[in-house]
Amino acid sequence: MIPHSLIQEKITTRFGNDVISVEEEPLYKALVITVHPEKIAEVLKFLYDDKDLQFQFLTSLFAVHYPERKGEEIAVVYLLHSLWKNTRIRIKTYLPVSHPEIDTATTLFAAANWMERETYDFFGVIFRGHPHLKRILNIDSMDYFPMRKEYPLEEGTRMDKDDTMFGREKVIEKS
Amino acid sequence: MTATAKIPNLVQPPPGYEGHGFFATTLDKAIGLARKYSIWPLPFATSCCGIEFMATMGAHYDFARFGSERPSFSPRQADLLMVMGTIAKKMAPPLKQVYIQMAEPKWVLAMGACASSGGIFDTYSVLQGIDEIIPVDVYVPGCPPRPEQVIDGLLKIQELVKNESLRKRHSPEYKALLAKYGIE
Repeated sequence: MIPHSLIQEKITTRFGNDVISVEEEPLYKALVITVHPEKIAEVLKFLYDDKDLQFQFLTSLFAVHYPERKGEEIAVVYLLHSLWKNTRIRIKTYLPVSHPEIDTATTLFAAANWMERETYDFFGVIFRGHPHLKRILNIDSMDYFPMRKEYPLEEGTRMDKDDTMFGREKVIEKS
Repeated sequence: MTATAKIPNLVQPPPGYEGHGFFATTLDKAIGLARKYSIWPLPFATSCCGIEFMATMGAHYDFARFGSERPSFSPRQADLLMVMGTIAKKMAPPLKQVYIQMAEPKWVLAMGACASSGGIFDTYSVLQGIDEIIPVDVYVPGCPPRPEQVIDGLLKIQELVKNESLRKRHSPEYKALLAKYGIE
């Protein structure tokens, strides 16, 4: 395993204030690096190329919607794995929901292609430079991003469901 | 088996005139009888109901004894579209296309809660019942239904097939029904 202190040292000396924080999260002791969204491509490239780190495997890429974080509602998360030393880290960036744009990771990881399409599909994150950014799982005619929390999860056309049978009160009465 | 043992009369003849060497009935009754015992189903199986249907097709429940010996995997030669399982909204256009490709006369059986109403999947990505996109003749409830229920559903379809008027598919009501779904 690569010591977290080494990664922390390399990141802070290389990027300085462009990295917002480098810390271990308490539950699983995973290293979480929060970076400025404009610098994500550079950070990923640095972690990929550095011969002591070699984070060359993108385990996953996804987004999270935090409606309460004003101005940085959409978090884009990259899970990286250094196969060479079997070390995993998390990279997080926060984007405003009004303008969720970030550089693509497909130039570095071919695996990012479908993951970014999925993230676009469900959260509406625009990945600049993606070769084919279109919906991947939902139907093309869908006109919203369903995993954003302002949209209801349920379909809403069902007439056969009595809310009291599900242990919940009807909040909005039909007028 | 002795020579006097009776051969069970499986299919009752329709009402008509019988004499020495002839039997006369109306054309739609004769055609209804023929169609009833030769329904070729197209299994459109997408999830666990499809597994239950495979049990229904198998030797134990033997779907074939109702004249459905041949499951048709081409919509062109199918009479009955059996939709079994959750239909995601992305699956809706292919399902509708399969229905359109089937030749008249055609019937539709919705098997299970998902195909009938969306079932437990009250969510943005799932079609809330296939009757939103194609007309349905028989709904089989259950999650998934037992093979006995599927057979009961097929018997219901058989009754519809047997009693259908030959003019039904040309009637303005039927054309209006298809137009409601944007077909033809």
